[in-house]
Formats: sequence, structure tokens, C-alpha cells
Amino acid sequence: MRMHPFALLALLSLVLLIGCGGDKPASKDQTPTGSNGTLAVFDNLEGTLDIAGGTAHIPVMKAAAQAIMEHNPKIRITVAGGGSGVGVQKVGEGLVQIGNAGRPLSEDEKTRYGLQSWPFAIDGVCVVVHPDNHVKALTTAQVQDLFAGKITSWQEVGGADAPVHLFTRDEASGTRKVFWKKALKKGEIAAGANVVASNGAMKTAIAGDPQALGYVSIGHLDDQLKAPDLDGVEVNQLNAAGGQYPVVRKLYMNTQGDLDPLTRAFVDYVTGPAGRVFVQKSGYLAMTE
Amino acid sequence: MRTDTILNRLAAGAAGLVGIAALAIVGFILLSTWPLVTSGEIGSILTGAWRPFAASPTYGIGPMVVVSALLSVAALGLAFPVALGIVGFLHGVGPRRPGRVMLGVAQFMTSIPTVVYGFVAVMLLVPWIRQVAETGSGYSLLAAVITLSLLVLPTIVLVIHARLERVAPGLMRTGQALGMTSAQAMLGIVLPAARGSLATALVLGFCRAVGDTLVALMVAGNAPQVPSSILDSVRALTSHIALVLATDSFSPEYRSISAAALLLFLLTALLSLLVRRLESRRSV
Repeated sequence: MRMHPFALLALLSLVLLIGCGGDKPASKDQTPTGSNGTLAVFDNLEGTLDIAGGTAHIPVMKAAAQAIMEHNPKIRITVAGGGSGVGVQKVGEGLVQIGNAGRPLSEDEKTRYGLQSWPFAIDGVCVVVHPDNHVKALTTAQVQDLFAGKITSWQEVGGADAPVHLFTRDEASGTRKVFWKKALKKGEIAAGANVVASNGAMKTAIAGDPQALGYVSIGHLDDQLKAPDLDGVEVNQLNAAGGQYPVVRKLYMNTQGDLDPLTRAFVDYVTGPAGRVFVQKSGYLAMTE
Repeated sequence: MRTDTILNRLAAGAAGLVGIAALAIVGFILLSTWPLVTSGEIGSILTGAWRPFAASPTYGIGPMVVVSALLSVAALGLAFPVALGIVGFLHGVGPRRPGRVMLGVAQFMTSIPTVVYGFVAVMLLVPWIRQVAETGSGYSLLAAVITLSLLVLPTIVLVIHARLERVAPGLMRTGQALGMTSAQAMLGIVLPAARGSLATALVLGFCRAVGDTLVALMVAGNAPQVPSSILDSVRALTSHIALVLATDSFSPEYRSISAAALLLFLLTALLSLLVRRLESRRSV
């Protein structure tokens, strides 16, 4: 309580970064082939670009930032988390050039801050359990009852005779918002559910607890987590793209006012062909042109 | 003479800056909570439940107030007896060398960042509680109490130690001259004589526990509910501020932060006044 709010934010970002430690690193081989033409727009640019916001966006932002900084070391790009709410706030207050959010801006936010949104990826949000959990498929009704705390044992949905440990996301989370709206149909989430502050922290929590139930952005799925089928539809990019898997949202970069050349170039790069490769490598769906 | 005046002015300037900063914090908190007071919402916010997504949402921080109080009192209840044992051991009850080692450990413990306590607790304590208790996910009031008690322990030890360092040697010898064992002298003479510092240590320990953010945020589970069991997931006032800070700053969720901040601020302000009174009485 004696902390300055921004010191608190900085600490939170640190926690988020620790939570995201398990993310796939953006290795060099992710640089799309033949992208030199695209990277060339960064040749004559220099300076610093700060990015913050939704934790689902981090893998894409990091991959793009690394490719750009390797191409031109005079450019420094920092990528921080914080959540969708922080992303909108920070870009609105002019603290960062790009604020990411996993939800559309509210009319209020658009007019108050004068923000512009640049969608660059489609992301699904899916129910996740520990890999040792035997449950292979769930229905929407079961998911609603599980999160509402009406189903309390895994046995009732075909799993082991063990209590369900619920995990949900914080009040500002874009991932929570889309999951609550589209999977739970605005149903109740039990008051006793644990609350974690990022996709990374959710992953850590679920991967460490065989009885856990939570939800993450599809981009954060890997072999530490298992995503049961929802209403008979397998959770993957194809089904999300084809519309069979319904719990999807767009990921947005938000900017304020007129863009400086570096921000402009970054936005173009991420929404362009090179960005689409990063988006897919990170487990999300690229926007169709 | 000239360096004197320069130094005086520098000191006065520094004190003034700190004073202005403190006043600015008070002013900011009062300003942001004032609308809640005039509209009368402050009562329902301080006592109500936190259901921001219900059909008729409520934005109360009642459960968090209860949890912060429970957490701090329980952590102190766990740490204080242990701290008394350690300082007793240090000042005459135990042998000298292990005592010095213990003091060194306590001093080292104060320098460990709280995020490290939280991290270790998430990796070791939480899974252990989950396995042993067999109910709940391990992220619980219990996990937070244990971790926080470790966090406040060195604070309590060092505050009492600082006082005993001056009074204990003489008093211990007096006790022994009267034929007391060292444990008797410690319990009968030294600790009663140092009760002012015991109280100060308690208050400072409480401030540290109630004000800590990261441990509660990482370990307690953050479910906004009044716990019915020590294994329930809970959210402290400080974690609530941290979690809700990221919401739209004009939302009703956000306004509850001001109330939480006001409460924490008033509490610590009162407690530090209490410490000052204890300190001044001790010198008599």
C-alpha cells in the first residue's frame, strides 16, 4: 500500500513475465522466409517502441520484435504484459505506443482516449485441464455447471473421483470476457474459484494440479495442458477458423492519434504477411485479407 | 557556519519534500474516495460482497476486509511466539554461537524480496497443502498465513533484538545473581522490561503483513469470498487493488480500489501513530 501504482504495475508485469516463462521462445527459424522485403521498411528507422497489454498477444509481439531488432539493432522494442485493461489504459495515457487488448474497445474508451484498433489475429479460448485428467470431452452445459460450482467432482463428467479445482481470470482480463460471454453464456462463475492474473499464470496453475479446471487462449496450449473437446468439436485452429468452434475473439493492437513512423511500420509488419506467419506460429489464426 | 546553513537548508528541503509527498498521497486518496462518501456508497462498498458479473452487480470489498484482518492476525499469531523464542535464545537462554547464526539468518531473511517468498511458496507449499489436505487447490488462506508469517518473522525478531541488545545483558546478570535460571530471568525480568518493544514489534509486523501484496496475490488464490475453512481460496485487500487496477479506470470496479486504499491507509496511519506512542512511553 506504500507502493506507487506504477511500481505495482511494474511488479505485476514481473509476475506476468515469470508466469510466461514457459512460452515457446521466438527462435530464429520463425523468421518467415523471403521476409527481407518486408523488414526493409525498418532499415532507416531507429528509436524505441514500447508495447504492453493483453497476455495472449505476447508470443506474437515478441516474435515480431525479435525479428525487427535482429534486422536493425538501432530499434529497441519492449514487450510487457499487464492484461487487456492495462493495454488500453497505458496507450490511452501515452505511456506506451501500442496497447494490446483481447477485446474490442468500448465506445467510451474510443472517444475518451482517441484510440484506433488494428486487429491482427483470431484467437480461441478453450477449457483446459491437467494432461493426466481422463476427461476427453465436455458439453457446454457441463462447462457451465462446472464453472458455476454445480458439478463439484470430476466423476460426474467421466473423470476420476476427485474434487474439481476451479481457476478463473481477473476482472480486467479479455480472455475471461470472451470465455464468459461465449462459452458460459454469461453464466455464473463460483465465488470460490481461484483467480489468476495472466494466461501464463493460468498455465502454471493448471499444469501443476491434476484436478484443476481453467481456460486459456488457444495460443497458450501446449503439452503441459489438455483441452477437452467442446460439444464434440476438437479444439484447434482449423475448427476455430471454420466456425465450428465458437469461443473465438480478435486480438487487437491499439494506438493513439497519428502514428510515428516506427509504430506505423510495426503495425503494418504485424498485420502484413510476415505478421501472419508469426501469428500462426504462435498458435493463433491469421486474419484473412 | 556556511556549511551549517547549507546543510540545514538541505535537510529542511528534504523533510519538506517528504511531507509534500505524504500529503499528496493523502489528498489523492481522499479526493478519489470523496464521491463515494458523499453518495453514501462507502458503507455498502466496505461491507458488501464482490459480484461484478452478476445480473445485479455489487462491488463491495467486505470479504477482502475480513480476509486481510484474518490473514494478518493469524500470521502474527504464528510468527510472534516463534520470534519470542528466537530472541530469548539469542539473549542468554541459548549458547552464543548458534544464537549469532540465527540472528544472521533473520537479518538475511529481511533482504529476500517478497516475490521470492511467493514463488517458493507456489512451487513447494501450495502443492504440499493440496496433497496433505486433500480438499481445495492448495492456493488458500493457510498457504498465505504460513508464507506471511515467514515474511514478518525477521521484522519482529530484529525489532525486539534491537531493544534487548541494550537491556538484556545487565538484567540477565541481575537475575542470575538472584539465583534465577537464564530462562526464568528471561521470562520474569527481561521480556517484561522490554514489553514496549514487544508491542512495537507486533504493530510493525501487523503493518508488514496487512500491507504485503505479492505473497497474498501469488499464494492465497484470490477468490473474493469470506472463507469458511482455512483451506479456502481468499483475496486480500492489497491483492484486490492489484487485480482490479487493470480494469477501465472509470468503471465501478475501479472505484472500489479507492475504498480499499483508504482503508489500508487509515489502518497503517493509526498503527504508526500507535508505534510512536509506544516508543515515547518506552523511554520513560
